[in-house]
Amino acid sequence: MEGDIVQMGAYIGAGLACMGMGGAAVGVGSIVGNYLSGALRNPSAAQSQTAMLFIGIAFSEAFGIFSFLVALLLMFAV
Amino acid sequence: MTTEATEAAMAAGHAAEAAEKGGMPQLDFSTYPNQIFWLLVTLVVVYLILTKFALPRISSVLAERQGTITNDLAAAEELKLKAQEAEEAYNKALAEARVEAQRIANETRAAIKADLDKAIAKADAEIAAKTAEAQKAIAEIRAHALESVQEVAKDVAREIVALLGGKPDARSITAAVKAHLKGEKRP
Amino acid sequence: MAAEAESETGLVFHPMEQFKIEPLFGEGPIHWYTITNQTLWMGIAVLVIFLLLVVGTSRRALVPSRIQSIGELAYGFVYKMVEDVAGKEGVKYFPYVMTLFMFIVVANFLGLIPTSFSTTSHIAVTVVMALMVFVGVTILGFVKHGIGFLKLFWVSSAPLALRPVLAIIEVISYFVRPVSHSIRLAGNIMAGHAVIEVFAAFAAILAIAPLSMLGIVAMYGMDMLVAFVQAYVFTILTCVYLKDALHPAH
Repeated sequence: MEGDIVQMGAYIGAGLACMGMGGAAVGVGSIVGNYLSGALRNPSAAQSQTAMLFIGIAFSEAFGIFSFLVALLLMFAV
Repeated sequence: MTTEATEAAMAAGHAAEAAEKGGMPQLDFSTYPNQIFWLLVTLVVVYLILTKFALPRISSVLAERQGTITNDLAAAEELKLKAQEAEEAYNKALAEARVEAQRIANETRAAIKADLDKAIAKADAEIAAKTAEAQKAIAEIRAHALESVQEVAKDVAREIVALLGGKPDARSITAAVKAHLKGEKRP
Repeated sequence: MAAEAESETGLVFHPMEQFKIEPLFGEGPIHWYTITNQTLWMGIAVLVIFLLLVVGTSRRALVPSRIQSIGELAYGFVYKMVEDVAGKEGVKYFPYVMTLFMFIVVANFLGLIPTSFSTTSHIAVTVVMALMVFVGVTILGFVKHGIGFLKLFWVSSAPLALRPVLAIIEVISYFVRPVSHSIRLAGNIMAGHAVIEVFAAFAAILAIAPLSMLGIVAMYGMDMLVAFVQAYVFTILTCVYLKDALHPAH
């Protein structure tokens, strides 16, 4: 019975952890949207900033991956 | 048979592992030394492959291609310049030839004209000489003709006088013919 | 985990099974020298890199063949990245960056072959690579600039009162670098493969099987993108850290 409760808590926690992915999605969307609006204003400068775009996406996405990792840990490792 | 046995053993091992260490293979620390050792081996091998063979070769190929492209471009530029020079030389030669042709034509024309003038002058002189000769001949002829006219007139007058029964007197006949010829000339 | 995930509906979720490291020959405990399935796929990655960059360019053709132009493309891509981000001085470290990039990108794409093993989904692998970059860059910074390397944490453009606070934040973010650097790569690859596995498990139910297959196809395309972008991001972050070591002043 006790193990069941622990397992239930782990599953609920995993589900909650997945909400963090939404935050990463918002972040990545914001970065790409701002990049696109900037790029459309000044297309000649867009090419030189794609590296910055990917760095930004990577940083922002990492947090979504962290939350996914937490979910995985709760599912399989706890 | 053996595979089944190993599978069964593996499954048992899995179950034991899963019970023992949790589910994620990534967090199975017993495999870490193995992973890290082989990763380091792999990276060193990749590094050696890249630095010994791949990178020098690719960079030399790229440099060679860049060099070839640059050379070709330079050669093309040179050829273009040469073509321009050739065109200029051609134009110059053409202009020179045109001037030369003009000069030759002028010279020829002048020479022809000189020859022609000379010929005309000679012809004029000849014509003048011939005219003079002819005039002299005419004068002679005229003089002769006058004389013969007088003689013919004298002869005719003598004959007439003889026919009429008179005695032709040479002196008077000559005087008469002269008087007549003068009289004729007078009007 | 199998016992946990198996439910009464007949659905069997084994999303983590594919990352299992097993000895290739025989069985038993995994010693540090044991040849495992991971070792096999690392060896295949080395072989692919060799074929692509050495055998493919062996003709040294002036007009490249397809494989040679892939090799030249990879070379030019990484070279330009290092030059643009880390500057002219960074070009000296180009072979190291190229090694990391080639290994990660080849391992990522090899992992996408069905029934293969994705080397880079293992945190041990990515942590070692990230720590190599972190330790190497830190040592390089101190060798190049001595104590002046610490200026990296002293934001001279900020107001004086704020600088100590910013310095603490900078130090923390500096030491978090290898963590995010490694977890990002492993997490992305692991997540993509696990999601494909989950979709595949749903294919057992006849009614939603077509949908799950479509999902697998879509996730596979997504993973192709992720495989390249994560290798790119790992490499470009390496270049950024390299730049920090070469020019620590803000």
